[in-house]
Amino acid sequence: MSILTYIAGWPLLAALALVVVPRNYRVIIRAIAVLATLISAVLAVKMFAQFVPGANGFQFEQQIPWVESLGISYHVGVDGLNVGLILMGAIVAFAAALCSWEIQTREKEFYILLLLMTGGILGAFASLDLFFFYFLHELALVPTFIMIGVWGRGEKKNYATFQITLYLSIGALIALIGLIALYLQSGANTFDIPKIIEHAKTNPLSLNAQNFIFPLLLFGFGILVSLWPFHSWAPLGYGVAPSPTAMLHAGVLKKFGLYGLIRIALPLLPQATQSWAHVIAWLCVGNILYVGWVAMRQKDLNLLIGNSSVAHMGFIFLGIASLNLIGVTGAVLIMVAHGFLAALTFALSGYIYKQTGTLQISELGGLCRKLPFIGTALLMAAMAGCGLPGFANFVGEATVFFGSWKAFPTVTVIALWGALVIGGIYMTRAIRNILHGPLPEKWNSLVDASNVWRKLPYALLIVSLLVFGFIPKLLTEKINPDAQKIVALATGNLVSATAPGASPLNFVAQNK
Amino acid sequence: MNSSLIMLEISVIGLGLVLMLADLFVPAERRRFIGYAAIVALGVLLITSLSGNGSCGQFGTAFGGMFINDGLSLLFKQLFIIAAILVLFMAAEFSDKLAAGSVAEYYSLTLFALAGMLFAASSNDFTMLFVSIELITITFYVLVSFQRSKIQSLEAGVKYLILGALSSAFMVFGIALIWGTTGELNFTKLAAVAPQFADSQMFLLGVLLVLVGLGFKIAAFPFQIWAPDVYQGAPTPTTAFLGIGSKAAGFVLLLRVLFTAVPSVTAHWANLLIVISAITILYGNLCAIPQRNLKRLLGYSSIAHAGYLLLGVAALSASGQSALMYYLAGYVFTVMAAFFVITLVMRHLPSEDISGLAGLHQRSPLLAATLTIAMVSLAGIPPLAGFFGKFLLLKALIDTAHLTHNHGYYCLAFTALIGVVISLYYYFGVIREIYWGKNPEDLSPIEISSPAKLSLAICLAGIFWIGLFPDTVLNITNLAATALGK
Repeated sequence: MSILTYIAGWPLLAALALVVVPRNYRVIIRAIAVLATLISAVLAVKMFAQFVPGANGFQFEQQIPWVESLGISYHVGVDGLNVGLILMGAIVAFAAALCSWEIQTREKEFYILLLLMTGGILGAFASLDLFFFYFLHELALVPTFIMIGVWGRGEKKNYATFQITLYLSIGALIALIGLIALYLQSGANTFDIPKIIEHAKTNPLSLNAQNFIFPLLLFGFGILVSLWPFHSWAPLGYGVAPSPTAMLHAGVLKKFGLYGLIRIALPLLPQATQSWAHVIAWLCVGNILYVGWVAMRQKDLNLLIGNSSVAHMGFIFLGIASLNLIGVTGAVLIMVAHGFLAALTFALSGYIYKQTGTLQISELGGLCRKLPFIGTALLMAAMAGCGLPGFANFVGEATVFFGSWKAFPTVTVIALWGALVIGGIYMTRAIRNILHGPLPEKWNSLVDASNVWRKLPYALLIVSLLVFGFIPKLLTEKINPDAQKIVALATGNLVSATAPGASPLNFVAQNK
Repeated sequence: MNSSLIMLEISVIGLGLVLMLADLFVPAERRRFIGYAAIVALGVLLITSLSGNGSCGQFGTAFGGMFINDGLSLLFKQLFIIAAILVLFMAAEFSDKLAAGSVAEYYSLTLFALAGMLFAASSNDFTMLFVSIELITITFYVLVSFQRSKIQSLEAGVKYLILGALSSAFMVFGIALIWGTTGELNFTKLAAVAPQFADSQMFLLGVLLVLVGLGFKIAAFPFQIWAPDVYQGAPTPTTAFLGIGSKAAGFVLLLRVLFTAVPSVTAHWANLLIVISAITILYGNLCAIPQRNLKRLLGYSSIAHAGYLLLGVAALSASGQSALMYYLAGYVFTVMAAFFVITLVMRHLPSEDISGLAGLHQRSPLLAATLTIAMVSLAGIPPLAGFFGKFLLLKALIDTAHLTHNHGYYCLAFTALIGVVISLYYYFGVIREIYWGKNPEDLSPIEISSPAKLSLAICLAGIFWIGLFPDTVLNITNLAATALGK
């Protein structure tokens, strides 16, 4: 059994176990959930440490035939592209389980759904089979719906619940048609991604087929990633969701569509990717600029964070659209970094909401005095969000800009402006209004995160951001060789091995 | 003639007669237990059919080619028996809503309808087709109006009678035209001569009228009008059996007529099938949105599902037919689970309004989870049966589109996609009512008897098994689809 099966399997197994635990054993229910996510996080760290950068092919592979007549098999494995994502997903899931203390009604159902979501998405990232890739991701749809509906907050709850569910299903179904068409057109008669890629090297898909399938995957996955103009579900959905759900969804699940584009669309549909790259680049301006402006106008902290997280997706799309080694490496870096960051910000806003009962920025103020730990954490998250060096986001964004400069100079300038100026404005403004200034009297009774267990999830996420911010080599040395392969397939030049000057490590190092 | 092939049908009819006799000797208050005896007997028949020793395991034809046993009939017969077993469980739970002591009569009528379905699965001749359809339909007239004291039940019965009779008339007329032009009633023989009549308007009209008759049975547009009214008014177990058994019988006959009897005609009707399937999907899903009565909602949803199943017919390929059967297999367990929960939760309520589900998650977590899983499976979300079925249907459809370059198939695939998204809205509306519905009136726990628990467990196991381990069932349906092409 591959370690990946255990990483995704423990949460699912724990979800099954929780079904039979009586609902009044609250401590046990919580302990099982936290323990299962802890085990999978520890295993993910172990896997990350054992991963050999640049090794040929996939590592920790496992394959079990499932439906032989259709060529579907349970096939998991990691390379540089998903090893960081799985680590990030497992750590965020553990943090989300720890943050779930704020759920105090019907805990049993909540933890079952949370674990189901966790196992599904970790399995989807590990999956190397088109069918399971889709199948495991869709496991999260029903839990998202019920979690937001039952434990969500605010008046717009019902509307947001249906909006997020329907929007995500449309995206997923469009992508499904694209994936089925890809399976049929490839002629490989298998859903196994490495085999299809191998088959496509000798029998590339016809241009017509590529131009039919690529938009389906782009817009299908694009909706799942909140690509502008299909982003409107995200801020509202995250705004009303309970914070553990928002952490997992914004942090981990949202990366699924991006990962799908890099893993499936780029290597298999190279010509279509090249002709659509301009479209992607200009759409991501919508994310970075338009949604950034929208974020500036928000009066609710959660909506601000939600919009800012949509804006960050633009950088990843820009990295993918640049179609070169540096850009794609940067895109994967941001995917990991943003996962930690989104989880951290939603966890913090959840804590503030739990304490104050409101997230209206105008009602808050001076909170740093009463909540020194949470306030400092929020400050660090905001700084990471505007791309301060030292945090993993900086490394990713800088890399993406270096990569995209050559391909799309205009877009890069606009994006830089969006990242540095707009991001800076709304983040610092939020910090000033929430943490600094006079403390309204009604907030005198607020309590800071007191014990280790309460502080642990926030500390864990900040440490992860800092570790990858100061030692990006941990990730880049893993991503680089495999990003190289993907870029070679997508652009058609089979440049062998990594040219030393092209390594993003060099200029990241120079920048420090 | 090999009459041992019809032993299964004879046993079911015999069982029905025995139940009628037992009715005379068992006191009224104990008659619901007769149903458990019938379930055990059907279980034995199912196991013998599965093990391949029973009559439907031997392949061959009887009565001069009118009756055929092949992979297709075997699969459908097993589905029908499973459906009947679950309906009998449901009827036993429902018995206190029926007129005192009449439940044994209900059991035996269910078995007669089952016999009709078993014959339908084996029909290889228009005479057999008509007789089996009539056996099913006439039994259902009684089953639909079985709650004689309830006006809606009677109304539903009358509606079903009038429209059912009309559809039978169409069908007989069609059969007469086919026989008049070709001189053949047997499907196999007809297939040989049909290409000669490809230009005969009379013959084509005949085939079309037979399809109209079958369209009524499966509730496809434009013959779907009866479905919501009848689903709402009929006793819940009847609705379940109508939604599964009658629809599946319609589909097995449709498959036989289109792909065994007149494949040469069917090949030219791809666009007709595409249009009917698309409109059926949209009609069912759109009309289901405003429904507040759960059974009526499922009535519209059953129209939409007829549309999804027609995707498999429209694909005109063996993989499409196989996908259709796979979808039906999952549909049996899913719909049975949904109606079982409705029976248990709503038998004491005046109507089946969705608001009656509010607070169900507190009253019975098991029933709440079961109904949620059934709705999610109907919507077609992994890891449940409905997802893999829809996946196979879409795959077959895109495959045909790819091979024939008929863009209508792509449009149909996107229509199906739109249908699924619309259906998520109302299926998830039911889930919302279960988990966060407002103002629950009654929060008393719901008692579930052990037979009911057993049948819920069967339904759930079926939904998960077909969704998670498709290999076995897929091999059976692939085999059944090859039987059609011969």
